[in-house]
Amino acid sequence: MDTYVGSSVLRSEDPRLLTGNGRYIDDIVLPNMVHAAFVRSEHAHARINGVDADTARSMPGVVAVMTLDDLGEPYNTKRTEQPYPSPAFKQDITIYPLARDEVCFVGEPIAVVFADSRYTAEDAAAMVRVDYEPLPAMVDVAAALDDDAPLAHADSPDNLIATLSIGFGDVDGAFANAPHVLSESFRQHRGGCHAMECRGVIASVDPAHGGLTMYSSTQSPYLVRSVVARYLGEDEHNLRVIAPDVGGGFGPKAGVYPEEIVLPLAARMLSRPVKWVEDRREHFLATNQQGDQVWSLEVAADDDGTIRGVRGRVIGDAGAYTNYGLLLPMTSVIPLPGPYAIPAIDVKVDVAFTNTPTKCPVRGAGRPTAAYAMERMIEVIARNLDLDPADVRARNFVRADQFPYQPGHTMVTGASVTYDSGDFHGCLDMAKGVADYANFSLRQEAARAEGRYVGIGVSSYIEDTGMGPYEGATVRVEPSGAIQILAGTASQGQGHATVFSQIVADQLGVAFEDVTYQSADTALFPLGVGTLASRTVVAVSTAVHEAAAQVRDKAIALTAQVLEAAEADLEVAGGRVFVKGSPDRGMTLGNLATQLAPFNTGAVPMGFTPGLEATSYNVTRGPATASGSHICEVEVDIETGEITLIKYSVAHDCGRMLNPQLVEGQVLGGVVHGIGNALFERMHYDESGQPLSVNYGEYFLPLAAEMPPIEIAHQETLSPLNPMGVKGAGEGGTLPAANAVIAAIENALKPFGVVVNDYPVDPERICELLDEALAGGAVPGG
Amino acid sequence: MADTRRINLTVNGESHEGEVETRMHLADFLRQSAGLTGTHLGCEHGVCGACTVLVDGEAVRACLMLAVQANETSVTTIEGLAEDGELHPVQRAFQEQHGLQCGFCTPGMVMSLAAYIDENPSPDERDIREAISGNICRCTGYQGIVAAGLQAAVEIRGGG
Ligand code: FES
Ligand code: FES
Repeated sequence: MDTYVGSSVLRSEDPRLLTGNGRYIDDIVLPNMVHAAFVRSEHAHARINGVDADTARSMPGVVAVMTLDDLGEPYNTKRTEQPYPSPAFKQDITIYPLARDEVCFVGEPIAVVFADSRYTAEDAAAMVRVDYEPLPAMVDVAAALDDDAPLAHADSPDNLIATLSIGFGDVDGAFANAPHVLSESFRQHRGGCHAMECRGVIASVDPAHGGLTMYSSTQSPYLVRSVVARYLGEDEHNLRVIAPDVGGGFGPKAGVYPEEIVLPLAARMLSRPVKWVEDRREHFLATNQQGDQVWSLEVAADDDGTIRGVRGRVIGDAGAYTNYGLLLPMTSVIPLPGPYAIPAIDVKVDVAFTNTPTKCPVRGAGRPTAAYAMERMIEVIARNLDLDPADVRARNFVRADQFPYQPGHTMVTGASVTYDSGDFHGCLDMAKGVADYANFSLRQEAARAEGRYVGIGVSSYIEDTGMGPYEGATVRVEPSGAIQILAGTASQGQGHATVFSQIVADQLGVAFEDVTYQSADTALFPLGVGTLASRTVVAVSTAVHEAAAQVRDKAIALTAQVLEAAEADLEVAGGRVFVKGSPDRGMTLGNLATQLAPFNTGAVPMGFTPGLEATSYNVTRGPATASGSHICEVEVDIETGEITLIKYSVAHDCGRMLNPQLVEGQVLGGVVHGIGNALFERMHYDESGQPLSVNYGEYFLPLAAEMPPIEIAHQETLSPLNPMGVKGAGEGGTLPAANAVIAAIENALKPFGVVVNDYPVDPERICELLDEALAGGAVPGG
Repeated sequence: MADTRRINLTVNGESHEGEVETRMHLADFLRQSAGLTGTHLGCEHGVCGACTVLVDGEAVRACLMLAVQANETSVTTIEGLAEDGELHPVQRAFQEQHGLQCGFCTPGMVMSLAAYIDENPSPDERDIREAISGNICRCTGYQGIVAAGLQAAVEIRGGG
């Protein structure tokens, strides 16, 4: 029955996108539309004593200039909504749509200009004068909780937003009589979104019914609808949110931003469609980023590397505002145990304000930092006890016979963290095979004999994928026999249309080409959550599968009634339902659909509801646990510090692969993102909070020439929690990558005893570390 | 206020004439004046390559060239690459090798590779990687794009 599921069907999205016929936000033009440019803070922290927009207002082509005051009551004193309230907040300070009297990061929107072209709007925005009174800026999160730290918000008692913790087991007991207690401190920095398409919003009042239509380059149209409707005080049916083609998301586009509040308000005030498209400089300044975490961990271990317990503390940067709730810090500690059976953990994370852009999840959310932290502990054990790092992992893995496995703590929802399935040892062995790990020491010796330093790094992970709470889908057969799928979730390039069509084509026995998929329009499908956290394939495929199965059952039931045949004797294939063995006795799906949706003189068949269609919502039964091991091989030039990636090997398990080629695409993109985190991507700020990396000459993204060949092996351990056994694959590639790269560099430089720990690491830093090591008495080649 | 000038250029074989602001870059001209939105803007500072088009056959970053500089030239954009409804070998290879996800970098990638393979029909993997090092893709990790470039080159040079 599975003609399409499991095979690498070519994407139905591609012909359109390959011929310039995509329709991204900036491609949409509405009649009489005006263009917005924002006036943004030049200071990381300042009071605003006044805004003078007179000159700007008088410029030809300028339609309006607005500050918060100009938005009128009640908005002139109203902060944006908190989408994720939590009792853990000690301070919950969301951003105003336009600054009120204080700005807290460079790039914070203060005013907005609307004009007949973007060029004119930018000219006028440059003429708006803001009277700033600079205040001390809190920049480095490591110092944010010190007694004398500058306050990121002038009226706050301190910079602490919340303290979260993860704890289970007898930690004191674990450490009390452990043969080895080892510790490490490290700083993790993850950059920004850098989807190749920046953000953008269009808002217009629909003259037909007075409601607002919004286009947004978002991952979460339903969240935008909810947050904007609440802010505006409108009913949700008055706000239609559409995500058109979206040029990459990666997390930051899952949030709701001030511009998404300002544009619909302005569309109402001006009675004209308004459009704002972020430029790349604004993206560096004003789009949420992931930022810094400062970790100190201790691990208690036996002589053979078995972990007894882990404890420690994290300081996490939240940036200037709390608009992303506590999702990032939560996802940074809850997944901490990773693939390992650890009896006891006690780790606290303090979340603090800084005068930098709001922090949010970027591909993997906090999971890559949690994975890096635990992988660091494995490295520390291997280094200090002189064990093979792969062996230390294998010794501590949860075994295949232990599923479902519960480490002992709870998720955000309050349910126990549960690993549903996997074979972590199997994946590690596969990765070692792909990397030819067994012969690496020969390669390393041969290189050293030539004065070259090559190294290998292993890194393992799990990912809780398919997060709830729900998603839904409708499957409908049209009179022509074409099948329409409607769903909520937005795609940012993952290939949803292809994968979900594969499922339905198999369920209904039709050709893939006969299935269409539409989504990401709140007027098209009533409810949805969003495309984030590697959840869509699990959540939506389950709903699509179920809806298609219901359509199939209905088609069989009606055919049985019409042909007076037993349902069990019927088969669905080739777009028809027919009696097994006599294909002539049957009906087409299109014919059945026509009978179920007749016009005036017809009648709906007895016992049936109208329409050959079904809607199904999937409520999660818990996350499906994806897993894997990565191995990276590098060469480090000890003169220049240059790092060359030689080969990158992946073995992963995302359950059943609906389309292997698309799964590989997700893994490849994820790995390269993780390599970017390890080696390239850094937001630099000076002491006053001015960003120093605001273009791609200053902020480096991974390029094709720097990437190694990446070889992938697949293991398929089906999830028992959904009908097709799938697990998410969107972020797993990123999770372990930073440690794989950093550990490989450390392994290459083992003769010098270099430990890198902090990332991203660049050649300059490698040279510093080598100099320190040599000054400390390390002997090259020793 | 802004200076304007009259220009006349050929885009995908059709003549486009109009009055443009002298400061308008070629990408905005193509997108806004010619209505061809397949050319994308990812950075507007010459690094990401999303805006790559062919000007008189040469790959050019349309965000770094003013529309007035393209006066009297012949421009090919992604919309003009397929001939008679038949996808260019690079376009076809992108689909077959999964060289695109969100599709935003794709027009620039395809144009860069089409121009490169035209001049170097026997590239190896390293050559292709170097050829697209002026194009950023955040989605694919590049491997599918490299495979697409290699596949298209084989087809363009007639196999082997
Ligand atoms: S938009 Fe022209 S190079 Fe990025
Ligand atoms: S496919 Fe999304 S940026 Fe390349």
